[in-house]
Amino acid sequence: MTLIVDHLHVQHGAITAIEDLSFTIEPGELVTIIGSNGAGKTTLLRALSGLIPTASGSASWNGQSILGRRAEDLVRHGIVHVSEGKAVIPELTVAENLELGGIWRKDKADIALATSEVLELFPRLGERMKQGADTLSGGERQMLAIGRAMIARPELLLLDEPSLGLAPLIIEQIFSAIDALRERHGLTVVLVEQNAISALGIADRGIIINLGKFVTSGSSASLLSDPTLRAAYLGF
Amino acid sequence: MATFFNTILVGISSGSIYALMSLSLVLVWRSTRVVNFAAAGQAVLSTYLGYEAMSRLHNYWLSLPIAVIAGALISALVESCVMRPLAKRSKGTAVESIAPVIATLGILGLIRGVAGLIWGNTFLQYTSPLSSKGFTIGHTTIPFSPLNAAIVIGAAIVLAIFAAIFRFTRLGLALRAASFQPEISRLSGIRVDQIRTIGWAFAGAAGALAGALVTPTAYLSPNSLDLLLVSGFVAAVIGGLESLIGAVVGGLVLGVGFAFILQYIGTQVTFSAAFIILIIVLFIRPQGIFGRGGSREA
Repeated sequence: MTLIVDHLHVQHGAITAIEDLSFTIEPGELVTIIGSNGAGKTTLLRALSGLIPTASGSASWNGQSILGRRAEDLVRHGIVHVSEGKAVIPELTVAENLELGGIWRKDKADIALATSEVLELFPRLGERMKQGADTLSGGERQMLAIGRAMIARPELLLLDEPSLGLAPLIIEQIFSAIDALRERHGLTVVLVEQNAISALGIADRGIIINLGKFVTSGSSASLLSDPTLRAAYLGF
Repeated sequence: MATFFNTILVGISSGSIYALMSLSLVLVWRSTRVVNFAAAGQAVLSTYLGYEAMSRLHNYWLSLPIAVIAGALISALVESCVMRPLAKRSKGTAVESIAPVIATLGILGLIRGVAGLIWGNTFLQYTSPLSSKGFTIGHTTIPFSPLNAAIVIGAAIVLAIFAAIFRFTRLGLALRAASFQPEISRLSGIRVDQIRTIGWAFAGAAGALAGALVTPTAYLSPNSLDLLLVSGFVAAVIGGLESLIGAVVGGLVLGVGFAFILQYIGTQVTFSAAFIILIIVLFIRPQGIFGRGGSREA
């Protein structure tokens, strides 16, 4: 189960948001896509999960093309996208938000199992099941968004800036949870981040993009030790 | 004092009909952000179909579910054949938010015209077997009639079924999620387009029941449900437009309000009273009784 992106182009009207982007992510890898604001990271995830159309190029998961398919169908093929900005539905309760993750699935026993696994990983959600999601803190909302995604039993998890707007301690918790989920379920993870240090801390590899184009890729250690890259793209 | 309570009872009866129409409008507003003027036309068409069913089956009670199912189908068709393609065509254009509303006005006119061609612009009788003469308690006859009682019970049953579906089923969760956050819903695997059509079908069913329950107290003509549409809007605004409970409470409040106006002022002012109440509510509490300012609730 490999994710192959080949010469991908995505247009936002007249603007080219993703230009000739190619990369491969191996099964079970956790790869972070790093780049500054406007680099095209969010656009890339939205194209891969079927939320926006692509102009040209190809992308495949598990040998099957994923472009031109609807987001709601790709979920059924194991591709689950946690979109930017604490993607929960504030008007629903915590329990209902979690239920959404398995709403298309028939295997009720496994949904219950997946839910209990999520509550084990994020006990704070368990204490707040009947509360509205609007009463949660930012970190709890991010946990809820990831928890909902896990109940869909993803094979490829696309995470868009899970650290956005969170305190360092909470970011650490979220990232160690992502790492634990990956270990436990053999997930393949694409993690889009501006917070490059934290992301590279758990990732096997990083891919740096800038203005929609591929810059470089390499192991987390090699990217972190390259002073030119650090200054230009990692921001520290 | 007796008059006071009788007025409330009669108000609850007409209020349950407004509640149904208000619910119809709120369901559509929540799921597609469209103010559905066609609701009056859809309800009139389903009521004509109920009328046809009754003239063949000679049974009002059998004609009711037929009208309701017809209403659901008509509404699903309007959504999938007109509103959804139109929303896609107008996306990103200057008329994106207004085009669907104008389209509902067009559908209203079209349905009225077609109904006029088929059934004529005359007043038809679509009657229920129940008496509209009030119950007699001891030696006094109160204005609340068996027909009023049937209206309240019928509306209550349907509202309870709706509430149970929305609160306790996967379909209900999908309907709520899709109306609040379509994108997160799609990423959760909900087929939002289909769910919207189902939401419109529920709305059509509620409007159809309102039409089929109110018509025996009056008559049927291509525009006989226009006042019901206005009342439904006022009730929806009182309830805050977003809230299903608010839609029902708004309907009941308006029904009782109308009953008092009828009782103590007179019939000639009811139509204007609806608009006066609407404007007063908008000035005093624009978010309605159940609205919470910026945010939304189930």
